[in-house]
Amino acid sequence: MLLEKLANLRGVSGDEGCVRRAIKELLQDSPVTIKTDSIGNLFVRKEGSRQGCRLMLAAHMDEVGLMVTAVEKSGHLKFNPVGGIDSRILVAKRVRIGAQGIPGVIGAKAIHLQKPGERNKPYEVEDMYIDIGVKKKEEAEKLAKVGDYVSFDSTCSKIGDGYWRGKAFDDRAGCAVLLELLLDPQLDGFDAVFTVQEEIGSRGALTAAYTLRPERALVIEGTAAADTPGTDREASSTTLGAGPALSVMDRSIIVDRTMLQELINAAQSAAIPFQFRRFTGGATDAGAVALTGEGVKAAVVSVPCRYIHSPHSVLKESDLQSTAALVKAWLMRSEK
Amino acid sequence: MSELLRESMLMELAGAAGVAGNEMDAVDAAAKYFKRYTDRVELDRFGNLIAYKRGESAGSAKRISLALAAHIDEIGAMVTRIEDGGFLRFTNIGGIDPRTLLGQPVLVHGRDRLQGVIGALPPHLLTERARQKELTLDKLYIDVGLSEAQAQEQVRVGDFISLDQPPLLLEGGKYLTGKAMDNRAGVAALILGAVELASMRHEADIYFVATLQEEVGLRGAVTAAYGLVPDLAVAVDVTHGEAPGLSGPEVFELGGGTVIGLGPNFHPVLDTRLRELAAEYRVPYQIEPIPGSSRTDAWAIQVSRQGIPVALLSVPLRYMHSVVELLNLDDLTSTGRLLGLFARGLDSPFVEGLACY
Amino acid sequence: MEDLIKKLTEAYGPSGEESAVGALIEEQVKGSADRVFTDDLGSLFALREGPAPMLMIAAHMDEIGVIVTHVDENGFMRLAPVGGVAPHLLIGQRLRFKDGTTGTVYHEKIKELKELDWPKLYLDCGAADAAAAEKQAGIGALACLDQPFRSLGGRYLAKAMDDRIGCAVLVEALRRLPRELPQAVCFVFSVQEEVGLRGATTAAYRLKPDYGLAVDVTGVGDTPKAPLMAVSLGKGPTVKVKDSSVISHPVVRRLMIETAAANAIPYQLEVLERGGTDAGAIHVTREGVPAGALSIPCRYIHTPSEIVDASDVRHAVTLLEKLCLMPWPAPEQKNL
Repeated sequence: MLLEKLANLRGVSGDEGCVRRAIKELLQDSPVTIKTDSIGNLFVRKEGSRQGCRLMLAAHMDEVGLMVTAVEKSGHLKFNPVGGIDSRILVAKRVRIGAQGIPGVIGAKAIHLQKPGERNKPYEVEDMYIDIGVKKKEEAEKLAKVGDYVSFDSTCSKIGDGYWRGKAFDDRAGCAVLLELLLDPQLDGFDAVFTVQEEIGSRGALTAAYTLRPERALVIEGTAAADTPGTDREASSTTLGAGPALSVMDRSIIVDRTMLQELINAAQSAAIPFQFRRFTGGATDAGAVALTGEGVKAAVVSVPCRYIHSPHSVLKESDLQSTAALVKAWLMRSEK
Repeated sequence: MSELLRESMLMELAGAAGVAGNEMDAVDAAAKYFKRYTDRVELDRFGNLIAYKRGESAGSAKRISLALAAHIDEIGAMVTRIEDGGFLRFTNIGGIDPRTLLGQPVLVHGRDRLQGVIGALPPHLLTERARQKELTLDKLYIDVGLSEAQAQEQVRVGDFISLDQPPLLLEGGKYLTGKAMDNRAGVAALILGAVELASMRHEADIYFVATLQEEVGLRGAVTAAYGLVPDLAVAVDVTHGEAPGLSGPEVFELGGGTVIGLGPNFHPVLDTRLRELAAEYRVPYQIEPIPGSSRTDAWAIQVSRQGIPVALLSVPLRYMHSVVELLNLDDLTSTGRLLGLFARGLDSPFVEGLACY
Repeated sequence: MEDLIKKLTEAYGPSGEESAVGALIEEQVKGSADRVFTDDLGSLFALREGPAPMLMIAAHMDEIGVIVTHVDENGFMRLAPVGGVAPHLLIGQRLRFKDGTTGTVYHEKIKELKELDWPKLYLDCGAADAAAAEKQAGIGALACLDQPFRSLGGRYLAKAMDDRIGCAVLVEALRRLPRELPQAVCFVFSVQEEVGLRGATTAAYRLKPDYGLAVDVTGVGDTPKAPLMAVSLGKGPTVKVKDSSVISHPVVRRLMIETAAANAIPYQLEVLERGGTDAGAIHVTREGVPAGALSIPCRYIHTPSEIVDASDVRHAVTLLEKLCLMPWPAPEQKNL
């Protein structure tokens, strides 16, 4: 399972090396050309006979995480988030630190020791620290240093009836779909980009789109689903099991209407279930790509994932499959 | 460059007015120094100052280019309205803390330069309640000592306003205070880098860039990076200095050396090279972890065109965005020295390696 | 010109769906331009050929609006804003979709007005169930305000004055231009300004102009207890000095002031504390483009009822016409 392999890799924005290497390896026997650029994007060109406009398919390799900002006298590590993290989810989580993947836990003052007023306040980043099990700054500095990237420590596993649980589904789910398309012998004639630094502002997508100058771009994402207790359906954005989510608009883009219609047509004619993303917030690489150069028609298709930007998100395998099927159907139809 | 010259240069730079959008005085002051140590000084279409120093590429090697960028603009204000009685209302340009403005001397860049002051009611006339109130810009006004008719004659809506605070060297000769140290300190470090390089052989073509309009959104850096397309770049700016009540990872020791930025905004190979050079040549340095945007020109440069590998050096500074910004001159020296060492060591294999992961 | 303003302001054109406005403008300008074309995002270009330098004059076609994010079983539609829309302004307003479907906005039960936020609003287009509603407007459909143009005797009242009034000024100025111009001028009717100056970004990149000028509306300080701003209705169009997106280039500003003075056109100087315009996107394009803006003072911007003064509009047309007729200097790059 590609998702499982990819989601277990550590790749906080700016530190995507492990993911990049793994994707390269997975493609080493494929008829593709691979290159990188200075910010760290991985470009994969699959030559072929497909006619039509220059296409860029993109998924981002990076995930949200933390960065060590100081090593305390006591050997504890202070940190700041990389990308958008709700600080309430951080307490009592396991993490991995730096290139060596040193294990640690995120601690805060135990509830017993808190004053009544403190107990009902959410934990702020300043209240927490990473404990790596040392007594002194000098010992800690042998294992971790200021500037080290920190990722959630969780292992992807299959749960329930066809669901997966793991970290970084945003956007390793997209990476998995994109890889599947690259490995599909029926598909060729497009550029795939595994971008970096999406979570801190679609930085990689900016330079990638400038380099490739595509005519059209499709971004494959993992997007939030809130089909969970206490959320009204109209606020749930997407639903697990209902197929890929097509974006109509987000903070970064109003999706090109012709591309959106093509995707709908592709889904309908191949009998692939799909849904619309019922939310217009959030931003994706599509926004950055769309405004590159003279403009690029762009759209977003996403795998719905619950609890994204936390150590454990949940997605449904059938959505992953139908997302790949939808993009494939669209690619085959666009070959004219 | 002697210590005396170093001080007088920064004092000249910081003394010049250069509010974002109206940087010409500061640009002229900087150009005077860059001319001495570089081959050519020009302004690009946006108005960014670009000083070029040609490298001596070895034989048939591909030419490589390095941009060293520091923004030259400062925060300030702009006239929005001339009130009855000749008082001027104003809006901010860049991030100003209104609470630091009461009673500050200013220059209004109208038909002539007018000296003025941001008025403050005497405490006698203020109720306790009024004193507790939040101070916002729309409550403030500038008094230039002119009648309404005279003010209408001399001043127009849209005239720039700069804070008027000449730099001052504190006792002991190491600490300098004044307005606009953010980021004339960076520009001064660039000039010190040019001085270092004046007597060194270097392969890379070097562009010293004093960018405009950083304080209103990195605008000059966006256009300069696009126009120059350097192979790599180092941005130089200021960062927060240690002070009573301030400690922890976001603040740095004054006199503790130049501050190297670390994080997704910067190319990891450049960071490593800077730290190695600093260690090898005993240039004092500190490390600033930045988990997202550095909010400096480096943020714009990194994603220009196909991407430009970039690093960041900062000078620690106290009381940022006030007229009493304060820094230690030795941190300028270490920044300039590290820039020189870095530029000198560049060759084309190193540059080509930056896109290989 | 009143008729043109009426047509333009009543047209449907929320950000992302500007084609109806584009068609209307194309009809008006095709006889006066040497070449009319569009780009991938939908911006409309009307080019008057001429020697260098080239001026890009931009007004945006889009208006604020809403997008449907959910349709419930009773046919009610949930909405998200497109551009800067205050939710309370929509209560009881009529909204119109591209196909003419019209509905009104109301809110769930609330205790106080300050609870009023987007999740509380819904749109009722008279549909009895989801199927009927989806036939009218499904997820992703864009609507704009539905308000007629009114002449108030010397002043005009309409929705979407921001920035159809700019479009009208461009059209009128273009029609008045003689055969020969001292330089090339491209009139750009941009898209998606309200969601982040997007159309102007790609349009300026494509055109590579030597100068940029946006024509848009600006706020005023002449209403009861208004924010301090030295701009009034009826005292002439404004020469923008600064807003959140741009500090006008001194050369552009000077040429505008000199041209106004030379032709006895009244003008005001504008410092807009909050808000941006296409000039913001144009001036940071490529190596930088000296840019400024000509604004029409407008009351109640981003409400269903925006008011401008007819004489300000007339003077704006004349000033724009004179600016096109005046030879602009070659853009400078200075050696020091």
